[in-house]
Amino acid sequence: MARVLRDLLRSNREFGIGIALLAVVVAMAAASALSPYPPNDTYVVPPDIPLSWAYPLGTTSRGQDVFWLLTFAIRNSLAFGVLVALLSRCLSLLIGLTAGYAGGMVDRALMAINDTFIVIPLFPILVLFYFVMRDRMSWVLLALVMAGLGWAYDARLIRSVALGLRTREFTETAIFSGMTARQILLQEHLPYVLPIVFSTTMNNINWSIGLEVTLSVLGFTDINTPTIGVMIYWANQHTALVAGIWWWIAFPVVLVVMTFIGLFLLAVSMNEYIDPRSRLSRFDA
Amino acid sequence: MSILTVSDLRAYYITRAFGIEREVRAVDDVSLSVARNEIYGLAGESSCGKSTLIKTIAAATRPPLRLMSGSVTFDFAGHRIDMHAATSSDIAAIRWRHLSYIMQGSMSVLNPVRRVRHAFIDFAHRHIARPMPEFLDIVRAHLRRLHLALEVLEAYPHELSGGMRQRVTIALATVCRPDFIIADEPTTALDVVVQKDVLAMIRDIQQEIGSSLLFVTHDLAVHANLCDRLGVMYAGRLVEEGPTADLLRSPRHPYTAHLVTSLPRIGDATPRPSLSGAPPNLADPPSGCRFHPRCPLAMDICRREVPTMQTTGTAHRVACFAAQ
Amino acid sequence: MMAPLLELEDVSRVYTSGGLLGRRRVRAVDGVSFSVAADGPEIFAIIGESGSGKTTLARMILNIVPPSTGTIRFRGTSLHHGWRRRARLDFMRQVQPILQNPFEAFNPLKRVDRYLFMTARRFASGDPEQRADEALRQVGLSLAEVHRRFPHELSGGQLQRIAIARALISAPALIVADEPVSMVDASLRMSIVNLFSLLRDRLGVSIIYITHDLATAYTISDRIIIMRDGRVVESGAARAVLDNPQHPYSILLKGAVLSADAIA
Repeated sequence: MARVLRDLLRSNREFGIGIALLAVVVAMAAASALSPYPPNDTYVVPPDIPLSWAYPLGTTSRGQDVFWLLTFAIRNSLAFGVLVALLSRCLSLLIGLTAGYAGGMVDRALMAINDTFIVIPLFPILVLFYFVMRDRMSWVLLALVMAGLGWAYDARLIRSVALGLRTREFTETAIFSGMTARQILLQEHLPYVLPIVFSTTMNNINWSIGLEVTLSVLGFTDINTPTIGVMIYWANQHTALVAGIWWWIAFPVVLVVMTFIGLFLLAVSMNEYIDPRSRLSRFDA
Repeated sequence: MSILTVSDLRAYYITRAFGIEREVRAVDDVSLSVARNEIYGLAGESSCGKSTLIKTIAAATRPPLRLMSGSVTFDFAGHRIDMHAATSSDIAAIRWRHLSYIMQGSMSVLNPVRRVRHAFIDFAHRHIARPMPEFLDIVRAHLRRLHLALEVLEAYPHELSGGMRQRVTIALATVCRPDFIIADEPTTALDVVVQKDVLAMIRDIQQEIGSSLLFVTHDLAVHANLCDRLGVMYAGRLVEEGPTADLLRSPRHPYTAHLVTSLPRIGDATPRPSLSGAPPNLADPPSGCRFHPRCPLAMDICRREVPTMQTTGTAHRVACFAAQ
Repeated sequence: MMAPLLELEDVSRVYTSGGLLGRRRVRAVDGVSFSVAADGPEIFAIIGESGSGKTTLARMILNIVPPSTGTIRFRGTSLHHGWRRRARLDFMRQVQPILQNPFEAFNPLKRVDRYLFMTARRFASGDPEQRADEALRQVGLSLAEVHRRFPHELSGGQLQRIAIARALISAPALIVADEPVSMVDASLRMSIVNLFSLLRDRLGVSIIYITHDLATAYTISDRIIIMRDGRVVESGAARAVLDNPQHPYSILLKGAVLSADAIA
C-alpha cells in the first residue's frame, strides 16, 4: 500500500498536487477542533480588521476571526458534501446494479424513474424545499433531499457496466456454480463497478458542495451554521466588497476552489491508476 | 540476401512499480533471418513469445516492454534500416510502403464508424501519391485482382462478415505492394471454409507481389499448407528452424515432434498423445533448456546448460542436446 | 425403457429485432430434433460454423434461453424457463456447461479456486476442499497447483481444465461443451479432447461436444450432427459420417479442413 502511494506520488504529478491541495483543506477542517471561539458567536473580536499578525486572515464585519470561522465553514461544507455523496452512491448502486442485472421490465421501469429524476430541475426544487421547510430546515434534511435527487446520472453509468457484465462468461460460470443473484452482484460485479463509483464520488462531492454554496449565498439554507456559502452570504449582507473587507470573501472562495481542484485531480489520477492498462504508461521501463 | 535479420534479440517486460517487481523474459536470445520472396512461419503455443517477437520486429515496443539487447535490421533493396536505431520519421516512411501488417482482429484495423474506402485513403494515400481519383482507381484494380467485390469500399466494417473483413484487411496491407508483410494469427478466428479461402488469397498475393511474409500462428496445419520455412518457438526461444516439409516429416526437437504427432486427423481414429505439464512462467523460467521439465529425452546437461542452435542437414537448425 | 437423457423435439428459436415498424425475424435454430440415450454415456458432437445456430442450441439445452417452439426434455421432464430456485438447482446439478473462452470463464479479479469451492458447497456433500481436489485430480491437476491463483497466472489449457473440474464436482450426467478447445492452442487441444474421452469412459458422463473442428470431433465422438443456418443437414454415427459425408455442405466442410499431411 505504502509502495503504491509512493509510486503514485513519484510518477503522477496530478496525484501529488491533488493530495497536497486536499491535505491543506483537510488540515483546515481538522483545525476547527482547536478554535478558541464557538462557531456561531459574533462580535468576539474587533470587526473589520485587515490581515495582521494577530488576525492572520483578518476579521469580519460581524466580529469573527476569518481564519477560525473558515475552519468551521470548510469542515461543515466537506461533511455535507461527503454525506450527500455517500447517500446518493448507495442509491445509484442499488438501482443501477438491479436494473442492469435484471433486465427486461424491471430495467425499463427503473430507467423510466431514473430518467424522470435526471430531468427534474434541481435548483427550483431545492428553493421550493426551503420555502416549505423554513425554520425546520436543517443540514441533514437538505443532505437527504439532495442525495435523493442526485443519484440518477450515475445510476445509468453503473447500469451500463452491469449490463456488460451480465453477458460476460464468468457470470454464467457463477450461475452454474449455484450462486444467487445477490451473491453474483455483490461478489462478482461490484469490484468492476467500484472504480466508477469512486470517481463519481469525487465529482458528486464537488457537485453537492457547489450546490450548497449556491443555495447558501442566496440565503436558501440554514444561515446560522457556518459553511463556505453561508460565509459568503453574510459577507454579501454586509456589502463586504463595497466596504473594502475583501478578505471575508476571498479566503472562503480560495479554499473551496482548492477543494474542487484537489478532488478533481485526485479523481483523474485515480482513474488512470485503476485501469491496469494505463497504470504503467507513465513509467519509462 | 536476407530482407530481415534478427540478431540475438532480447526483449523483456520489466515492471518495477506499485510494489511489483517482475521481469518477464518474453524473447530471449532469438536470431533468425527471412529471405526475399519467402514465407517464413513462426509456430508455438501462446505465451511462447511470438507476439512479443513480432512487436519488437515492427518496433512497436512500449513500456513495460523493453528491448534489452540485439538488433532488428531490414534491407529493402539496398535501403537498410535498423528498426531500433532509426528515428520515428524513418520508420513512418517505411511503414505500409515497405513493411505492412495483417492482424488477427480486423476490427482493430478498420474504423467502425467510417466506410472501408477511408481506411484505404488513410493508410495508403500517403505512399501512393497520386490525385484521389487515380488513387481510387488503383485501389479498385487491386481489389479486382484479389476477386473482391468493389462494393466493399462503400460498406461499413460491421456490414461485412468476419471473413470478408479479414480479406479487406489483407487487401489493405498489400495495396502498396510492400516488401515485407507481418501476419499475426490472421485466420485463427475464422471458420474452416473461410480460412481456406483467405489462405489461398494470401498465397496468391504473395506470389504476385513477391513480398516476404512472416506468418505467425500456433496451427501447424496452416504452416504446412502455406510456409516455405518454419521456425518453432518455445518459452521465448527459437528451438528448431528449417524447411517446412523437413520439419514436419522428420522433426529433430522433441517439442516439434510433439506438435506434429498431437495433430488430430480425419480418417485416423487412433488416440493422439498429449504432453503433460504446462508452458513455463517466463518470469521464472527453468534453468538450462526451458523445455527440460516436460521433455521425454531430458538429460542432466539439459538442466544445466542452454542448448545453442546447431545446423543439421540443409538449412535445418536445432537447439537440443539430444538431437546433436 | 428409460427416458432418454436429453430429447429435443422440433426445437426452433426465433430472434426478432427492430421496433414497432419494420421487424426482422432471424431463425437461429430451425426444427432441430435429436436425443441422447440414458443407458450408456456417449459423446455427441454438434458441428457447425459461426451462424449455424449451435451456440443458441447449447444455450437452450442449458436452459438459459427458452425455445420459441418445440420442447426440450431432460430425463423426461420438460425444461421450463420460469423454474423456481429448487428445480433450477436440481437441473444444474445434473447438467453443467464448459464455455468457449477459458480466460473469460473466471472473473479476472477473483481467484479461481473460489468457484470450485462454491460449486462444491452448493452441489456436493463433504468437505469442499476435498471435493475440489478430487475433481482437479480427474483432470490432471491438483488443488495445490491451483490454490489462490488468479486467472491471468494460468495458461488457457490449465484454465479450461479447471473449468472442466468445476463442472465435474456435482457429478453431472450431462456436460454441454461449447467450443471448449477453439481458444486453446493447437498443441494443447488434444490433451483436453482426450480428457473428454476419459470422462465418458471412466466417469460415465455424456458430453455434447459443440465445435467447428472436424478433426477433433472425429477422434472422440460417438454420434454427430452437422448444422447449417439453424438446420440439421446430416446426422449419424460419427466415423461413418465423417469418413463418407453425403450432404454437399458436409463434403464442403470436410474438404476445407487443412491437414499437416499436405506436404508429407
